[in-house]
Amino acid sequence: MRIATEQTATKPARQRLSPAALALIGVGVIGALLIIVMPLLVIFAQAFSAGWQVYVANLTHPDTLHAIGLTLLTAAIAVPVSTLFGVAAAWLVTRFDFPGKRLVSAFIDIPFSVSPVVAGVMYLMLYGSRGWLGSWLDAYGIQLMFNVAGVILVTIFITSPFVARELIPFMEAQGSEEEEAATSLGASGWQTFWRVTLPNIKWALIYGVILCNARAVGEFGAVSVVSGNIRGETNTLPLHVELLYQDYNATGAFAAASLLALIAVITLVLKTIAEWRQRHLLSSV
Amino acid sequence: MLATALPMPRTKRVLPGFGLTLGTTLLFVAIIILLPLAGLVLKAGGLGLQEFWSLVTSERALASYKVTLGSALGASVFNLFLGLLLAWILVRYRFPGRTMLDAVIDLPFALPTAVAGLALTGLFAGNGWYGKLLEPLGIQVAYTTLGITVAMAFTTLPFVVRSVQPVLEDLEPELEEAAQTLGATAWQTFRRVIFPPILPALLSGFVLSLARGLGEFGAVIFIAGNMPYETEVISLLIMIRLEEYDYASAAALASVMLAAAFALLISISLLQGYLNRHSRKS
Repeated sequence: MRIATEQTATKPARQRLSPAALALIGVGVIGALLIIVMPLLVIFAQAFSAGWQVYVANLTHPDTLHAIGLTLLTAAIAVPVSTLFGVAAAWLVTRFDFPGKRLVSAFIDIPFSVSPVVAGVMYLMLYGSRGWLGSWLDAYGIQLMFNVAGVILVTIFITSPFVARELIPFMEAQGSEEEEAATSLGASGWQTFWRVTLPNIKWALIYGVILCNARAVGEFGAVSVVSGNIRGETNTLPLHVELLYQDYNATGAFAAASLLALIAVITLVLKTIAEWRQRHLLSSV
Repeated sequence: MLATALPMPRTKRVLPGFGLTLGTTLLFVAIIILLPLAGLVLKAGGLGLQEFWSLVTSERALASYKVTLGSALGASVFNLFLGLLLAWILVRYRFPGRTMLDAVIDLPFALPTAVAGLALTGLFAGNGWYGKLLEPLGIQVAYTTLGITVAMAFTTLPFVVRSVQPVLEDLEPELEEAAQTLGATAWQTFRRVIFPPILPALLSGFVLSLARGLGEFGAVIFIAGNMPYETEVISLLIMIRLEEYDYASAAALASVMLAAAFALLISISLLQGYLNRHSRKS
């Protein structure tokens, strides 16, 4: 049985491609090139269209530098928070049985099904100065909307399911035997987590963090609602791209966009590596 | 071998950390997810039925539903075909560049939506690489609903590919070979042998793509032209209402979108459950 499945798995490699197969591959590859790859290329082509010097000048403009800084700050806070939540939630859902588990699981997924602008509106209705929690906070002089705090808060909301969603199926598949063995041999909870769980889930965790980071850096709709779009203050890099575009500074917009595109490409490379390592790890278990 | 196949005795709660992880998870879910959700629902609920209804059925809102739904449906149908084709060639054939193609499929998920919107506008505008070829033929993409469809198709393409791919991987090529040996044509083999088992995955990819397309904002606003009644999507109308400080309208429209998204996602999980049971029976 084992041998048979291995044979079918390797079979396509030895198969000679029929004309029909070649035609399908051709259509698929050309489609992917035209729809996915060309948009990526056009960003860099446009960003450098006025020459290298203009590109550097565009990127080192104070407003752009500020936008880069705010984007990095947002990711630096939102990603660790979402990661901690993801690890805790995955541990809870995969290592224990308790009433309401499915409900908790469904709650974790909510941010995936809320569209970006709606997520922003949710936060505005709650924490805005006219919102029912916002008006109360306002009395204490705390403002959460139209400033950096609001940007970070919605980014946490948007990115919160990424790590949990990667870890849950992976930890479910791995089972908890090794951890149970460690605890029964006298390891404390933290020792078990650091020495047994973390090495096992390392690649799935890295994978989740990479996706989470990509989203934190690139979020547009939700951030756009709560940021107030104040140039040089609450403008993240994606918002800055739009602002430059509206100012008819297309080259500047493409230059700022090229940084985000570069992060996306790096994300894909890291993701491919993490995916490959993860598969390697699972098949060796 | 046999021992692991037997159901293991439930040894849960042996591990420590239940209280800590339950507390962390519930606190986070309450503050970050449920409280803001309640904020929106309460705001929209506080409007009263009549006002709510008149806000969500205003002429401009109805026009934006039509634009958004039409474009999202068009994009999802397009993805159904291209997504199935890409999943098929990735699973069934080995060709140079296959690993590269597999990685590139995820680019729309990794690329920030605003960047995607800017890039597509750059391609399809009158002086862009694609616009220069298409506009002499009378095909105007940028600043039309077709442009909105293109933007949605780009951001949602990976959904169908990634839903169908694992199911195709599990499908035994022997079945197709058997069908062909028995004299079935390629089309018959596809319709009778391949299509039924991948249908649930195909549908779920379609609905995920639709749900995401309905809410797409960043990619759309660059290419849409954003004319009220013509190329204005719901998300944009919400933004405009917020800029006018018309929070009641914004909350009402946002709650309609929220309800639509939840309804779509619940419907796929029900449909998938039904189709899985159904296909197992036959």
